[in-house]
Amino acid sequence: MFDLDKFQEIWITITHNKSRSVMTAFGIFWGMFMLVAMVGAGVALERGISSQIEGFATNSCFIWTNPTSMPYKGFRKGRFWNMENKDLQILKSTIPEIQYMAPMIFAGNTNNNVTRNDKAGSYHIKGNFPAYNQIDNQKLIFGRYINDVDIAEKRKVCVIGERVYEVLFPHGENPIGKSIQVKSIYFQVIGVTRSNANINIGGDSMESVVLPFSTMQQVFNMGNSIHFMAMTAQPGVKVSEVEKKVYAALKTANNISPDDSTAVGGMNMEDQFTMFLYLGIGIASLIWIVGLGTLLAGAVGVSNIMLVTVRERTREIGIRRALGATPRVIVSQILTESVVLTLMAGTAGLMFGVGILSLAGKLLENSTGIIKDPQIGFGVGAGALLILLIIGTLAGFIPANRAMKIKPIEAIREE
Amino acid sequence: MIKLSGINKTYYTEATSLHVLKGIDLHIEPGDYVSIMGASGSGKSTLLNILGMLDNYDTGDYYLNNILMKDLSERQAAKYRNEMIGFVFQSFNLINFKNALENVALPLYYRKISRKKRNIIAMEYLDKMGLKDWAYHLPSEMSGGQKQRVAIARAIISGPKVLLADEPTGALDSKTTEEVMQLLTELNKSGITTIIVTHEKSVAEATKKVIHIKDGMIETIESNSKHLNS
Repeated sequence: MFDLDKFQEIWITITHNKSRSVMTAFGIFWGMFMLVAMVGAGVALERGISSQIEGFATNSCFIWTNPTSMPYKGFRKGRFWNMENKDLQILKSTIPEIQYMAPMIFAGNTNNNVTRNDKAGSYHIKGNFPAYNQIDNQKLIFGRYINDVDIAEKRKVCVIGERVYEVLFPHGENPIGKSIQVKSIYFQVIGVTRSNANINIGGDSMESVVLPFSTMQQVFNMGNSIHFMAMTAQPGVKVSEVEKKVYAALKTANNISPDDSTAVGGMNMEDQFTMFLYLGIGIASLIWIVGLGTLLAGAVGVSNIMLVTVRERTREIGIRRALGATPRVIVSQILTESVVLTLMAGTAGLMFGVGILSLAGKLLENSTGIIKDPQIGFGVGAGALLILLIIGTLAGFIPANRAMKIKPIEAIREE
Repeated sequence: MIKLSGINKTYYTEATSLHVLKGIDLHIEPGDYVSIMGASGSGKSTLLNILGMLDNYDTGDYYLNNILMKDLSERQAAKYRNEMIGFVFQSFNLINFKNALENVALPLYYRKISRKKRNIIAMEYLDKMGLKDWAYHLPSEMSGGQKQRVAIARAIISGPKVLLADEPTGALDSKTTEEVMQLLTELNKSGITTIIVTHEKSVAEATKKVIHIKDGMIETIESNSKHLNS
């Protein structure tokens, strides 16, 4: 029920007492602005953080080997060991919860190990399986990723990082089908990748040359060794559970004590994501607590000033009562004044805040830091307005109650 | 129009009580033109407040237009005030941030008459008071006489049966007093029962009946010979 006439009456009261209204509204304006600015900053922080791990499957884990820390079955403590190709078969056959498994091997970035004609650079050499692309999704700007046929036929092909492409090829040249030398052996370029995430395994993927796993093992005489393993759990299975089973299976297969807690190293993204999630929740709740607190303080301010105002307006209210205003009319007038003031001030604060955020967004557009694209959602804005409506009503309640108790006779009593 | 019988009113403070009205019996006919006189503290203003339902009384009966005005809820009192009574005060009691037109139109707002309509009516009444050119001025920009005429326009805009004036000329000089009294007299002639609380003789003489109150009791009710003769 929107009563235009009542609104006009209230509008007159508000606009004819400008300084009073502005003073009352400022607290809310500021509170709302702070809330919006902080929520925006929080969102930016969250987006920034999640952009660091973008493209990584959340249910993935990574496994590497460390020297043993316990003697076992006649083996001494401190033994170096590697995962081997046989372990792949064991894991695949005994742990059905594994969805993708991507073993990796590395050869370091020795000096100018990658060359093409007169260009050369030092890059990370990695041997990968096609499944790796399922775990750390690679954005391909040219060609394709390594496939099963490359692995099976041990083809001499490679996928290079964008920076490798920029160094070895003239700008704009299509690298597909061209050959480059990796440690003096020719490989044909089949793809160029650009990484999404800031997490890198075995060196920055922008500066990496990826070979088929099987090819790499053979041409660089690496035997059956596996240096690193990335895997994902089947949908619905917790990756931390799978991780435990994999640890146990690897220990049994490689004569390592089941109680050795350091021989198999690993981390899983689930933990990382959970940490980021809690961090995000923590930041968000802090923001809302502080923001709502500020708003509440603003509301207390409104309530206070309106209380003073009501006292000041005793005569006016008394006159209105003498002229036929019922207590209810007075209460509704004070409440509506409060709500209108709060809403106007809040909307102004909201718009000001959104304006500042989009300005900041423009400034941060090209940043790769952990603050990115500060914005608040439409839902947050709508929610904030709803909260304002409630706060405005609450703020007006005490003054309205005070106003209601004013008797007409008090107002017109001669001083 | 107004019938009071045995009205008692006592004000209580923490330590003392003050018996202000001690059994007032009064009968005022429709169209009467009455002034109430008395020293300050005699209870005349309290009587007027009770007549205007701005204050309640302890015992007795008060009939206004044959309706018993007793133990009214705030809502009922507001309704009766709006419909039946117009107030004029010594200090005008205009709302200072509203212009003359808005002040005059205010009682109609509480009657839920549309803004456009009530502004037209208010303008008519201001015109009657000779204040059409001042419609958009704030009270602070007007003289005392003008303010009181705005207040009178506001008091009668809702077509009340009774006009209650509490020292309407108390803040005015003698010339404007005369003008305002003329206005009130004209209004009375148009049929509005008018009751004026005053301590000025010249004001009381303009009315048909003078009620003298002393120590909370009606001392005498005298009829003005001037009016009897006419």
